[in-house]
Order: sequence, then structure tokens, then C-alpha cells
Amino acid sequence: MKLIFQPRYWNHINGWLLVLPAVFMISLFTHFPIGSNVFHSLFSMGTATRPEAFIGLENYKYLMDDDIFWKVLSNNLVYSLCTVPISIAIALCMALLINRNIRGRSLVRMAFFTPTVLPMIAVANIWLFFYTPEYGLFDQIFTVFGGDSHNWLGNPDSALYCLIVMVIWKESGFFMVFYLAALQQLSPELKEAGLVEGSGSWYYFRRVTFPLLMPTTLFVMVNAVVNSFKLVDHLVIMTKGGPDNASSLLLYYIYENAFSFWDTSYAATLTVILVLILAIITVIQFVVVEKRIHYQ
Amino acid sequence: MSKIILNDVCKSWGKIEALNNINFECENGELLVLLGPSGCGKSTTLRLIAGLETLTSGTVEIGDRDVSNLPPVKRNISMVFQNYALFPHLNVGENILFGLKARKVPKNEQKKRLENAATLLGLADFIDRKPAQLSGGQRQRIALGRAIVAQVSVCLMDEPLSNLDAKLRQEMRQEIRSLQQRLKMTMIYVTHDQVEAMTIADKIILMKEGCIEQHGTPEDLYDRPATAFTGSFIGNPPMNILTPDDLILDGLPSFPTPLAGSTIRYLLGIRPENIEISGESGIEGLVVAIEYLGADTLIVCRSGEQLITLTVKGKTGVSVGDHLRLNWKPEHIHLFNGEDGRRIEGLAGGLIS
Ligand SMILES: Nc1ncnc2c1ncn2[C@@H]1O[C@H](COP(=O)(O)OP(=O)(O)O)[C@@H](O)[C@H]1O
Ligand SMILES: [Mg+2]
Repeated sequence: MKLIFQPRYWNHINGWLLVLPAVFMISLFTHFPIGSNVFHSLFSMGTATRPEAFIGLENYKYLMDDDIFWKVLSNNLVYSLCTVPISIAIALCMALLINRNIRGRSLVRMAFFTPTVLPMIAVANIWLFFYTPEYGLFDQIFTVFGGDSHNWLGNPDSALYCLIVMVIWKESGFFMVFYLAALQQLSPELKEAGLVEGSGSWYYFRRVTFPLLMPTTLFVMVNAVVNSFKLVDHLVIMTKGGPDNASSLLLYYIYENAFSFWDTSYAATLTVILVLILAIITVIQFVVVEKRIHYQ
Repeated sequence: MSKIILNDVCKSWGKIEALNNINFECENGELLVLLGPSGCGKSTTLRLIAGLETLTSGTVEIGDRDVSNLPPVKRNISMVFQNYALFPHLNVGENILFGLKARKVPKNEQKKRLENAATLLGLADFIDRKPAQLSGGQRQRIALGRAIVAQVSVCLMDEPLSNLDAKLRQEMRQEIRSLQQRLKMTMIYVTHDQVEAMTIADKIILMKEGCIEQHGTPEDLYDRPATAFTGSFIGNPPMNILTPDDLILDGLPSFPTPLAGSTIRYLLGIRPENIEISGESGIEGLVVAIEYLGADTLIVCRSGEQLITLTVKGKTGVSVGDHLRLNWKPEHIHLFNGEDGRRIEGLAGGLIS
């Protein structure tokens, strides 16, 4: 019997052929590594004398009892909970500010955007100087007003917050660009209708601008959360996670385990946890926020 | 009361002069149409009245109050925008009530006015829908609803029907007119469509390049156009504006004119519906195009270098290439000054031969 392909089958085959290259690349560089990572987390670290062996969930049990893991996880939560909302709020304010017809607008816009184009390594070095005890910018300012010198990054109580401030400074400009683009999509007629209808600027912002910016907010929020887990370059320069892991984050801890302690199987275990956290947060954001978004 | 008065209003953006010395009054309860070709400054005039633009010079008064420096809220107006300016994330009810909520009108009053407006506009069944789920005409009604619940006596409209199809446009303009009369609103209505203007207006202001060409009733504009531009803008098809060359003057019987003896260059205006096809006498014309419109037929003739359009009732036996003789009565002739296009009054006295 001869196989007769009906047009609709051709359609399916065509479609699959078209997405095949993308599917292949994504599988190769995303899905396969995740799978292999999960697989590795179930083995013990091989050494010269001991070959690696299947140990089941042993690594996960160790993780539960690992105080440093819990420390960096809570650090990371504080870090995310501070950087994400604050940088989004600042980004929105900056965007609203320069979306108006003010003189020198492009200059301000450039100033806001500059931190974004700087590489994280450069930013970290600049801020390292800001935070230097006695000679640093902050200390110099403080001493002018009669304050004491602080060891900003050396103090376990302040180290994490110093990083948070710096990251907010770096990220806000980037998110501002998205808000600015979204604001310029809004029809000026709406604003004028608002003016004629007698809505004040706060009322208009609350009832119109903010809701219409929700798709952008979701996008920016997902990015901000993911960044707060995946950007750790500055730790390498500024604190190395110290003092006493006070400023360490999950990904930096993974990096240390994998490339300083060479415990790759424990690093794989931590990575599984990181991927899970990110997946859960993203799903929650989409499900919860999606419902309240109006897409144009 | 809500009479609107513009005194010596000018508006320019840098070197661009959009409005030049605009003066007019719109009486209480009147529907005034701002008419003119695109870019003549209609929207600018309206936006100045609304307070969405700032005056370069002059004053705007609404209801015996100088509002020139007041923000839009304080001017006690409502406005319908060309693209309706509906908030896409709010449902019909919230869109209509947007202004009342902003002004903190009591809840039960809001409810009453919304019900009122919704029934008036046939929107009662759609209160919970989003604008995107409604047709163009219904969206237009939401915008009207907003103007109605505001319960202010001045309503400004900027090309409110331009996004609708022809049939709907006709329905909506009747609806707007009857609403305006029922609610006794003072309305300024911007359009570039002369048919819309003629059918809806109490008074029309025809604008051209930032100046007022003529201000009057639709009949005034049709019967006694103040300039050749008005003549050719009002009426469909537009008035023929002819340069009186020998072919035309020889074809016409002599007619009375105030120009006898003078050497002024002038233009002849004649409406297509006033031109008759006659037997022997009249201007010779070669038919170059025919458009059959059902109730009447449009015939374009060439006489020398000039084209003359005329309409005749029903179907005609005329076909392209025929030679016709055209004639019109002296009382249907409009004379315009050839230099500035102004109307020359008083078709009586001397004769042109
Ligand atoms: N914001 C503006 N900046 C500069 N020129 C403008 C602005 N708004 C309108 N104009 C100019 O003013 C003139 C009148 O515009 P407008 O009132 O919108 O015309 P219309 O009669 O088509 O509504 C046009 O030549 C237009 O280019
Ligand atoms: Mg306009």
C-alpha cells in the first residue's frame, strides 16, 4: 500500500522541521545540561583513590544539614526582596520623570542609563572604592558631617546591604528603558481625556498608567528576579561572599563548591535547588500576575 | 450659561503659525461646526477651547468667564476624541464613570447617571464589557456616554465619526444631533466632511490656513458663499469656479453685474445643480466623463481649457463625446474677485456683454 500524505500531515511535518533547529539548540544547551546535572547530583564526588559512586539522595540530605546553604539561601532571599521591588520602583519613577517634555531630557536619560552599559566588573571596582574605609567616597562624605569611619564591606551586618544598594543602582537604568518604551506606546489622547475628565496625576497613574504598564512590569519583574539569582560577578570583586558568608549568594556558593572546593557533585545538587527555585518563582509570577494584566 | 467666545486667538509653534486672529461666538445651546480641509487649524482651535494647548495670544471665554489660563478640569467641558480615548483595561461602565470617580461624585449619583446614559445610548447590556469587545459604533457611544454623565453644558468633539463606516456615520450624526438638542448642550464639532457639517450644524465656521473664511448658517454658506474657496468647499459636487473667457461669455446671455465698466479680474461661480442643458443657445461643451449616481447623473464637460461639472436628475441619454450646450440663469451666478477670491455683491445694475 502506498502511503498517502494528506496536506494536513505535511503541515505538521513542515512545522516540526521549521522548529527543529531551535529545539535542537535549546535541548543541547538547556534541557540536556539540566538532566545531566540532576543525574550528577545523585553521585558522590570521584577522587583519585575512590571512584564516583551512586549515593542516591545522600547529597540532598547533606544539603539539608548544611548551615552555609541555609545562610546563603536566606541572604539571597533578602537580596532579591530588596533589589527587585526597589529597582523596579526606581526604574518606573525615572521613566515617568523623563517621559515628559523637559529640557535636557536626553542628558538625564543618558545619565540614568549609564550604569547599565558599564560591565559589572567595572561597577564593582568603582563601588569598592566608594565603600573603602576612610578614603572611600562614603566615608569622606560621612567624616565631613562629623561621622565615624565605617568598614562597610567588612562588617557582616552591612556587607549584604552594600551590595544591594550597588545592584539597585546598576539595574534600575536597564529596567527604566523598558518602562520608557512602554510609556511611549500609550496614546497621548488617553492622557488628555484624563485631563478633561478631571483626574489628578496620582489618580491617573493609579487607574490608567500603572495598569497599562502591567505587561512591562511582569517582564521586568521576571528578569529582575532571575538576575538576583544569577548575577554574582560583583561578589568576586568586592567581598568574596564574606565576611563569614554574610554577603554570599546561592550561585556564588555553587561557584565556590564547584571551582574552589572542586566538589562538583554537591555543586550539582545546589544547582538543582537553584533551578527549582527559579522555575517555581517564574511560574507563580506568570500565573498570579497574568490574571491581572490587560494586554493591548 | 455656556456661551463660548474667542477673542483674537492666535496660536503658533515656533515659526509655524497654526491660527491667525480667530474671533467667533458660539451661542448657548448652539451646535457650531468647525469645518475645513486637513491642517487648517480646526483641532488646534478646539484644543485651545478645551485647554489642552496654551494660547499664544487672545482670550477664550466660556459662560461669561475668561478661562484662558484655566486647566481643562476647571473649564466645565466634556470632550469626545477622534479615537475615543477609551481606557482599554476598564470596562464600559468604568470608562463612562472615570471622570465622576476622579471628581468624587457620590456613588449613588454615579449609578443613577450611568444607568441614565447607558439606556439613552443603548449600552445597558454591555456595561461589563471591555472596549475591545465592542464595535466601532458602540465605542463611539461610550465616548458620548462620558460626555453625557459629566452633565456639563459644553461639549467639544474632534472628528468623532471619522473612524466609522459611511452608514454608521449617518446614523451616529443624527444621534449626536438629537442628543445635543435634548440635553441642550452647547457643542463645537470639528469635521472635514462638508456633508456632515451641513446636516448637523446650527452654524458653520469654515476655516482655511488658520483663518476663518466664513461663519454662518449652512444656508448662508451654500447660498451666499463669501469666497470662491467656500463655494468650492460646500456642496457636492463642488461649485464650478470659472474664469470668464470668450467661449463662456459668448455662450451666455448677458447678465447684470456690478462690474460693468470696471477692469477688475473676476471669477464666475456656478453650482452644478443650477446648470441646464439647453437646446441651441448656451456655452458649448464636450462631454468628457459621466458618473451615474442613481438619483442623479454627474456630467463633466470641457469648454475650451476649462472643465464644467453639472448634475441632472435621473439617467440621461448623454454619452461621452457628445456636444452639449449649457446654460444657467443669471440669479444663480456667484461673482468672486479674481485677486482675493472675495464675493462681489449686488448682481444688479450694469451688464456684461
Ligand atoms: N503640536 C504641534 N506642533 C507643531 N505644529 C502643530 C502642532 N499641532 C498642530 N500643528 C500644525 O498646526 C496646523 C493645524 O493643525 P490642526 O489644528 O491639527 O489641523 P486640522 O484642521 O486638520 O485639525 C497644521 O499645520 C499642523 O501641522
Ligand atoms: Mg484635526
